[in-house]
Amino acid sequence: MPEKKIRVLVAKPGLDGHDRGAKVIARALRDAGMEVIYTGLRQTPEMIAEAALQEDVDAVGLSILSGAHMALVPRVIQLLKDNGQDKVRVFLGGIIPDEDVAKLLRLGVAGIFGPGSSTQKIIEDIRSAVHLTA
Amino acid sequence: MDLSRPVLAGDRLALARLLTEVENDSPLGRTTLNSLFKHTGSAHLVGVTGAPGTGKSSLVNQLALHYRQPPDGAPPRRIAIVAVDPSSPFTGGAVLGDRIRMRELSGDTGVFIRSMATRGSLGGLAAATAGLVQALDAAGFELIFIETVGSGQSEVEVAKLVHTTLVVEAPGLGDDVQAIKAGILEIADLLVLNKADRPGVEAAERALLGMLKLGHPTKRVVHHGFMLDETAAEAELAATDQWIPPIRRTVATEGKGIPELVAAIAGHRLHLEQTGNWQRRDRARLQTELEDLLRSQLVASWRSQVSQQRYEATLDDLLSRRLSPRQAVDALLNGRGKP
Repeated sequence: MPEKKIRVLVAKPGLDGHDRGAKVIARALRDAGMEVIYTGLRQTPEMIAEAALQEDVDAVGLSILSGAHMALVPRVIQLLKDNGQDKVRVFLGGIIPDEDVAKLLRLGVAGIFGPGSSTQKIIEDIRSAVHLTA
Repeated sequence: MDLSRPVLAGDRLALARLLTEVENDSPLGRTTLNSLFKHTGSAHLVGVTGAPGTGKSSLVNQLALHYRQPPDGAPPRRIAIVAVDPSSPFTGGAVLGDRIRMRELSGDTGVFIRSMATRGSLGGLAAATAGLVQALDAAGFELIFIETVGSGQSEVEVAKLVHTTLVVEAPGLGDDVQAIKAGILEIADLLVLNKADRPGVEAAERALLGMLKLGHPTKRVVHHGFMLDETAAEAELAATDQWIPPIRRTVATEGKGIPELVAAIAGHRLHLEQTGNWQRRDRARLQTELEDLLRSQLVASWRSQVSQQRYEATLDDLLSRRLSPRQAVDALLNGRGKP
């Protein structure tokens, strides 16, 4: 029978070409029963926001290893808002220096997961964040 | 209050929400589809199916690009794409990856792409695919591509939903016995031989042609791989009601063969309209949907009238082999144990 599924967009914005982490997360979320829309490498914030809109996702997971997170993440959050998707929760994975973590959380990022994060923790955080907004 | 007004007004977020509601079979989704239904029926529905890895997503991407920027200066068409990928039978989760091949369509508001998981349905589509297509039709998309899961041999549900079915093949996927088996090739209105720059394309095309000639013996026979005048034969057939699926070679990653494929899709539409088959397909399509809904509603309403206790008891009888499955159904429906 049809039921509500958590839908998550997993995207890699920017120019770094290393998407193993993003794929591991996509697979883990799938195994947790979520529907993961995987968009692949080198996405612009505009492409990500548009995909999030068309797919009506509950959460967006961004993987950034290039160091460009302070440019890319606020832009994605702004575009989601502009599209009326204020409730979409944004998660971030990759190499994020500690001093940026606090700034990004203040900007509205729902969770930041560096190397070594357990997939179980990520799944739980996404589930509880999405249920809070539902 | 339903979502039909903003959807009809072109609100993309409302449309995206509606698709979710329809997918979840929610009351809001149902009432909105009810009020939108009178606005449906004008889109050309095109199914795209074929084995995994034959290039369906890349092909849909190229077709959409072509319709958005017609090289002949024709006005761009509004395009929707519903891309179905399988759900895990164990966890219910899914990775939907068809958008990866469609990145060139991003930033164009004349295109709407929606990925959906099968959520337990077999046959290559999800239970809610027809509903999503209706919503997109009402929202004014002129061509709607429905890309099935990578299908094997019997995922033929898509043909019941669409006007035109593209079956995508690629060289090297099987010998000519594969081509005469029943199933997916039989539903093709157009056969696309993608990856036509690969070795083996001649053999693959010969196998497909051979299959077509067997299926349509009125058409001229291929002799030692030598094809008699194909275009003359096609012209001759255009005058009759019979449609013989043309084969088009493409290299989707490079956009090769796309204009020819677009012309073939238009040709099929014209054929459907001229022969009255457009109406007939619409009727058959809606009948399928009516019967599917009727079936699931009947089961649901009947199930609500049977006590769980009686249901379980019958299941026990089945397990202990006191009743066969047919007798169990009889017992549940008529209160009888033995026929």
